[in-house]
Amino acid sequence: MLHEPAGQSGPDPAAAYKARLGIWMFLLYCVVYAGFVVINLARPVLMERIVVAGLNLAVVYGMGLILFAVVLAFIYDWACRRREAAPSDTLGKGGRG
Amino acid sequence: MAIVAFFIFVAFVLGLSFYLGSRTKTSSGYYAAGGQIHWSVNGVAFAGDYLSAASFLGICGMIATFGYDGFLYSIGFLAGWIVALFVVAEPMKRLGKYTFTDAVDAKFNSRGIKLAAAISTLVVSICYLIPQMVGAGVLVEPLLGMAHHWGVIMVGAIVIIIVATAGMASTTWVQFIKGAMLIVFSTVLVVAICVRGFSTKPDQGGQVPFHEYATLEAREVEGRLAVTEPGWEVVETQEVRAADAAFAKLSREGRVTWWLIRRDGDRITLDETESIIVLSNGTKLINGASESPTNTLRQVGNLERLRGDPDPASHRISPIELLAGMSDKETLVKRWSEASFTDREGARATVYFPTVTAGNVLMRPGLKFKVQGTPLEKLDFVSLMLALFLGTAALPHILIRYYTVPSPAAARKSTIVAIVAIGFFYILTLFMGLGAMINGVMNPADGNMAAPLLARSFNSLLFAIISAIAFSTVLGTVSGLIVAASGAVAHDFCDRFLGARMDDRQKIRAGKLSAFAVGTLAIVLGIAFKGMNISFLVGLAFAVAASANLPAILMLLFWRKTTARGITASIITGVVLSLGLIFFSPDMYKQFGLDPTTAPIPFNNPGLVSIPTSFVVLVVVSLLTQKGSTRVAGAPT
Repeated sequence: MLHEPAGQSGPDPAAAYKARLGIWMFLLYCVVYAGFVVINLARPVLMERIVVAGLNLAVVYGMGLILFAVVLAFIYDWACRRREAAPSDTLGKGGRG
Repeated sequence: MAIVAFFIFVAFVLGLSFYLGSRTKTSSGYYAAGGQIHWSVNGVAFAGDYLSAASFLGICGMIATFGYDGFLYSIGFLAGWIVALFVVAEPMKRLGKYTFTDAVDAKFNSRGIKLAAAISTLVVSICYLIPQMVGAGVLVEPLLGMAHHWGVIMVGAIVIIIVATAGMASTTWVQFIKGAMLIVFSTVLVVAICVRGFSTKPDQGGQVPFHEYATLEAREVEGRLAVTEPGWEVVETQEVRAADAAFAKLSREGRVTWWLIRRDGDRITLDETESIIVLSNGTKLINGASESPTNTLRQVGNLERLRGDPDPASHRISPIELLAGMSDKETLVKRWSEASFTDREGARATVYFPTVTAGNVLMRPGLKFKVQGTPLEKLDFVSLMLALFLGTAALPHILIRYYTVPSPAAARKSTIVAIVAIGFFYILTLFMGLGAMINGVMNPADGNMAAPLLARSFNSLLFAIISAIAFSTVLGTVSGLIVAASGAVAHDFCDRFLGARMDDRQKIRAGKLSAFAVGTLAIVLGIAFKGMNISFLVGLAFAVAASANLPAILMLLFWRKTTARGITASIITGVVLSLGLIFFSPDMYKQFGLDPTTAPIPFNNPGLVSIPTSFVVLVVVSLLTQKGSTRVAGAPT
């Protein structure tokens, strides 16, 4: 049923890299999310403006936030897997590579 | 058919629970499914756990009632997973064993953290349980013909059995099945909406004739309102400030009804409304006649004009055409609002009245959250968006799912599966909510039933399936919450805080007894909070979680000077402050039957105050207690 055996996780040489990448991607998303909130507060009528295919900015930005989260998630996973697969001697101290 | 589908589903999940229960022999199996769940299964189970009654019933209902404002919840709920993936997932898996408390206490072994985190887990789980149980009652009323409280009791009992038999193992599989079904059949519903297309006179596929609401001309004669058309007598008028509306009580041929008064310059018109009147002797009238199986509130909600056209041709549309048509400034939608008051004869009146809204206003924030309102109303909006963003990664029932997978990498991968599944579902909510808004399916007295009623407008099979899924939605999420809460009581409090020396069997028994107690409490609260919007209640649970738990998690991971006392103080501050702000907020005053304008706290969402305060308390207390700080030798830093 697709299950893997449970195991204690040992030291992860890529942990520091993944944490640092995660923080940067989190901050990037924060900026885009904050932009949505700020536009709604400062220029709410701007959200009515039709931007593409008859869709207004509110719909495009809102759905864009959801899709952006999915895209960032895939990029993050790809970068983490790449780093996890790298031989440990190619990673610097603490996985800083 | 809906009843049959529901009972088949319940029988299946109970059978599965008993089967898995026979295989659950250890506390690891009970609290964390043995840490052996595959990441892909766990990812869909995450979706099943997270996509609660608030997402399916509450968001669809709020979009159907307030337009785009409901979609803000979808955006915020999904954004929260970014915090979970990038910041919390792998470290939480590395630090923890069974519960959130294990993780935040991993570096300190502090009794204070154990107690505070256990209390926080319990409080957040219960706050989140209330809307789920309210959702259960909402579903049971139209589906099984039972009273609200019987629905809550029935769902509570089923969930207690699911959790008490196999804990996290059965809960995981219930959530997996539910998550997959929810996404598949929500997609089917959206396809059905697009195939039906637009209509200004929706008749539910010919099942329910479209009702044209009447408008009467009126004038003022010597300061008194009078209807121009003969035969109508104005009995009294009422102005309801809370709803910003005025109503006239009209009598004709012995039947008394309430009408909305509209003034446009010198012109006065009266719009037909729907009403529930409870007379002083207890008799209930619907639209002026006694309540009966054939005299109930009519379903409402329709387009008045599509791009200025009062009678557009009905044909298949694409999802983009649906959104574009709804966003047009010349599209007009008839929505329904509610006003309650006591008339001069002492009867309690609840009047549902129409409001016509242009598409450009409907499809941007502003109808519920006053982004163009006072500074306080704007701050309320910011507060909500902040709590939704930061709450997800602090929900105990979500955090415990990181312990059901074998490794930190599996925790990360399962979070990505969850983001894809949940993101796709949240995009569907906008289509389902708008579909319910314009297809004449809304129950004006309860927006939470928007999605199931929309399904019923297509055919009874889809209604049966969607209703069964809605039940499973409640079952899946409530199961996860009860596992988290019982873990807080049995594992965190009894085992780790009190130091009760329990063997594995006793730990499982303690978990099951806790599940029974928490489930019973959830039933009582689900009955007490009947009638409140589910998404709104969940938003409050997010605020409590973000205030109490997130500062502790983030500072533990990223600030080396964090101390045990700092974490304890932060968690307690977050719980007490957020709950205090909620209890004295306008919406809670309304729930308690008090005048919301007299509430001492002027906003409804506490996050903007309670989350930063909790962070500040953690930093200050940690700095003040550096010498007393003790870390477990060898613990990660």
